Amino acid sequence: MNTVDLKTYILVAVIKIALVIFILLTGVAYTTLLERKLVARIQNRWGPTRVGPFGLLQPLADGVKFILKEDMVPDSVHKGLYILAPMLALAMSLIAIAVIPFGESVAVRNLTLPLQITGVAHADGSLSDINIGLLIILGATSIGVYGVALAGWSSNSKYSLLGSLRASAQMISYELALGLSLVGVLLLAGSLSLRSIVDSQIQGGRWLGFLPHWYIFPQLIAFFIYLMAAFAETNRIPFDLPEAETELVAGYHTEYSAMKFAMFFMAEYVNMFTVGCLATLLFFGGWHGPALPFLPPILQMLLPVFWFALKVFFFIFLYIWIRGTLPRFRYDQLMAFGWKFLLPLAIVNIIVTSFIVAWRA
Amino acid sequence: MVHQILFIIFGLICVAGAINLLVQRHPINSALSLVVVMSSLALIYLLLGAEFVAAIQVIVYAGAIMVLFVFVIMLLNAGAEERTKGSHIALLMGVPAVTVVACVVGWIMVSQRHEFGEVGISPTNFGKTEAIAQLLFKDFLLPFEITSVLILIAIMGAVVLGKKES
Repeated sequence: MNTVDLKTYILVAVIKIALVIFILLTGVAYTTLLERKLVARIQNRWGPTRVGPFGLLQPLADGVKFILKEDMVPDSVHKGLYILAPMLALAMSLIAIAVIPFGESVAVRNLTLPLQITGVAHADGSLSDINIGLLIILGATSIGVYGVALAGWSSNSKYSLLGSLRASAQMISYELALGLSLVGVLLLAGSLSLRSIVDSQIQGGRWLGFLPHWYIFPQLIAFFIYLMAAFAETNRIPFDLPEAETELVAGYHTEYSAMKFAMFFMAEYVNMFTVGCLATLLFFGGWHGPALPFLPPILQMLLPVFWFALKVFFFIFLYIWIRGTLPRFRYDQLMAFGWKFLLPLAIVNIIVTSFIVAWRA
Repeated sequence: MVHQILFIIFGLICVAGAINLLVQRHPINSALSLVVVMSSLALIYLLLGAEFVAAIQVIVYAGAIMVLFVFVIMLLNAGAEERTKGSHIALLMGVPAVTVVACVVGWIMVSQRHEFGEVGISPTNFGKTEAIAQLLFKDFLLPFEITSVLILIAIMGAVVLGKKES
């Protein structure tokens, strides 16, 4: 099926994995800076300015601090699970990234390398990826819940336990709405493979003659549901009840310090990236954007990645913007919103979309 | 070759998880062993080419259902269980019965091994999402719908029981 032999394939895969993880974690580090800067601006402050120009080296200083801090393990924790939990959270959030395509492909010598960890290039130059890419992301997120749940339980502390109970209830509830909101797009695209979903948005021409054929326009409601559910899945404000600091100290990671705490932090931000990537792929045409023919060839090759990154940046920005703007939900409001509003709305959206798809076919 | 190695690895993990499930005394550890069993089963489905079933196995069983198990264990704050010595009936009847069943299954497997076909990744549509959708929503639509009604009844029953207590 694939044209390269196993050894090359594994080598290329390892390089891709290393590269993606490096870029992703650097991105995560700088997102924390962006968040602090933006929230500071929203609150009419400066944010970090001391380390490096405009505070640009702040993430580096934070990283050094996390690594050098004493790694405390409280006395009465369930040690195995206590150590496993942050690893699980981070590992699952990184696994989800593996199926995300960042662009078409780049040619290195005689190899065509798809810009996706799990992508495969065929002999005729066509690309394919895992048929169930989307389901893998959902699966990895649903296993990631264990990280949060176990962290709270194994810490053997009231606040942690309450935080993780909230987190698991919230994540199970909103996973439903999240999954169902994607069905509308899947009905239009007719595939679970992320690459073909993006392709089907490009081949479709234009909506009303001028709008790009992105699925956000016919699936505006689905996008709204997705966005709400995604905020809840990543435990971000206004749905950050699992770590509501005014009630629960810090929720499920109260008892964690140093690098273990940093792993939860990274997992949360990697999840934000995954959610942003998924929204870009499903609703915003993925890596496609206006062609800029005046650029030199090497930049032309990276242009899709640039458009992709720009769209993902938009979502990260939105996350931070909302964090700086909205207050936190109350817990019963959160549950009612998920089960009584988002879920029925998602089901109605599916029914209407399937009728339209069936009528057109 | 790679398939066989992977199958052996995940098969071993699966069996180890299942044994660990029985050996562990704390319910949380047992529940997590079950997650391991289910995830490695999903990977074995994946090796057979049944990608959709594999994904659903992870999302529904390892993800949703087991998270609920863990959630309930956490909520009730169940502690480690005490070990009893075990019943004599289990020892007298159970162990011979298991041995007999294992022997019979093993004997059939060995003696009839030429009758079994080989299973590998099939080039056809087998196990793909479309194929399963065809089966569920065309060929077996009625059983599928009846099953969903059955589950709905179970949910309603749970709601009724939950209401009664409060």
